[in-house]
Amino acid sequence: MQKRFEGSADIRPWLAGAMVFVTLALVGALANPYLISLMTIVLLFTFLGQSWNLMLGIGGQLSIGHALFVGLGAYSVAVLEVKYGISPWIGLLLGMFLAGSVGAALAWLSFRFEVRGIYFALLTIAAAEFARIMFSGWEFVGAMQGLFFPAPTNAIEFSMLRGDARFYYFVALALAALGIVGTELISRSYLGYVWRAMRDDEQAARALGVRTFRHKILVIAISAATAAVGGGILALVQGSIFPDSIMGMGLSVDVLIGPVVGGLGTTFGPLVGSLAAIPLNHLMSALGDSLRIPGLNNIAYGVVLVLVVWFLPDGIWPAMVRLCKAIQLPSRVWLPQPRKAEE
Amino acid sequence: MTALLEVKNLSKSFGGLVAVNNVSFALQAGRITALIGPNGAGKTTCFNLVAGAMQPTSGEVLFEGRPIENTPPELVCRMGIARTFQIVRPMRDMSVLENAMVGAFSWTRNVSEARSTAYESLESVGLAGKANARTDQLTLPDRKMLETAKALSTRPKLLLLDEVMAGLRPTEAASVVRVLQGLAEAGLTILLVEHVMRIVMEVASRVVVLHHGARIAEGSPGEVAADPRVLESYLGTGFHA
Repeated sequence: MQKRFEGSADIRPWLAGAMVFVTLALVGALANPYLISLMTIVLLFTFLGQSWNLMLGIGGQLSIGHALFVGLGAYSVAVLEVKYGISPWIGLLLGMFLAGSVGAALAWLSFRFEVRGIYFALLTIAAAEFARIMFSGWEFVGAMQGLFFPAPTNAIEFSMLRGDARFYYFVALALAALGIVGTELISRSYLGYVWRAMRDDEQAARALGVRTFRHKILVIAISAATAAVGGGILALVQGSIFPDSIMGMGLSVDVLIGPVVGGLGTTFGPLVGSLAAIPLNHLMSALGDSLRIPGLNNIAYGVVLVLVVWFLPDGIWPAMVRLCKAIQLPSRVWLPQPRKAEE
Repeated sequence: MTALLEVKNLSKSFGGLVAVNNVSFALQAGRITALIGPNGAGKTTCFNLVAGAMQPTSGEVLFEGRPIENTPPELVCRMGIARTFQIVRPMRDMSVLENAMVGAFSWTRNVSEARSTAYESLESVGLAGKANARTDQLTLPDRKMLETAKALSTRPKLLLLDEVMAGLRPTEAASVVRVLQGLAEAGLTILLVEHVMRIVMEVASRVVVLHHGARIAEGSPGEVAADPRVLESYLGTGFHA
């Protein structure tokens, strides 16, 4: 009877996930350049959403200033490559270290002085805006003029993470897969249990021996470091970075759209949410241009988001899961069932 | 016999209100001690002081001879004191078993070890059959027992139970009493905060009575029930046993 809990690792979600990624890999091999560049952004924001989702969906800590960490990663890669010709791999490591440290320091300061919940979220906005303004005036990192990577060549150079659009598509795909597998592994480890307990009720978690102070710092540092990796790749894909776009409030919001629409705290939510929201935004943007209605994309985007949050407050992914279960259920009436294990 | 927990001259005031006033008592290892008193007597405050959720204004709490009154709750738990909450606090999207697993992560990082410990805790409170249920499907008595199972998974030496029987029907309370007796027989020390006198008389081997924050009586259930000051605090003056 106890065996039911021991070796019952369900491989079906992994299989489903693997199929999704095989499909996405085929998309990369076959699709046209426009679709490829759109999907690259979708996958990058899946990864960024995953990092944000880890922090709020599992760790219970709200960040509305994730652009800070994304920007630190992007600038680490850009400054090292553009100014010194150093490989982006080193830049990614530096970005992870910087963003992780800044995240940990911000969390430490905040929780040390009992600033928590929504007030911590406000602090993340303040920190991101502070960084944006600082980088806007800092000549060394290009100030408002930003930084431009060397003109792209079509030769693929793995050591410099340089290549064509298709190359970046596969980099983003690998990153998204890494993010999803990583989130799943973390949520099945002791960290996942401890963090979810802390998210649901901090006092109750502490009474069960969870050292919430250090776990909050840890989850924020990990989330920040992963966001920096996403930021570094985003910078390479865009070929240039500017403080207003890579560290602005707009980016912070873009990061959280995927997990909120897709399903907070779920493993596949950020992917599903990004798949739904980003193409919609681009579509409406194109439609707005052709109809000469500037801003149509923002309006449509807003309306759709309100509708999703109104009708599917848990997000799209949990609704899909419920739908699948509902479709399976009636079949149980007439299909022979294996005898249920005794309760 | 040594005292596992010793409370010495403990006081706590909130502004001008003295919730706990110079209370002392000691818990003998392997026994069930009850802390009783009418509503507002300071039982729960006293309990929170021991569990590290509040810091006393003055006085000492010694666990195995070491002072713990300024220790945060998570470290108090790691030293071997587990508590439950009066208002049950299950984690919402986790199963009953997963809820019980969280406590085990205070001493292990191994998920399957935590799982089997959690399962044992559920077994000892009679919830093993509902291990895979969601917590919102549990009845109130089951939720109270889940709170106890969560606490047991931390492998405590001392278990603090805050009104685990409040709101239960007599038959439900009787099964809780059997669970607690089983735990005490297995060597666990229990401090029970309760205001249902009858149950306390049945289960506790020692009773501490608080009234207006002060200790007014301490002894075996029989002695306490015969104490005129205790009767007075519960029923008012003029009543006699």
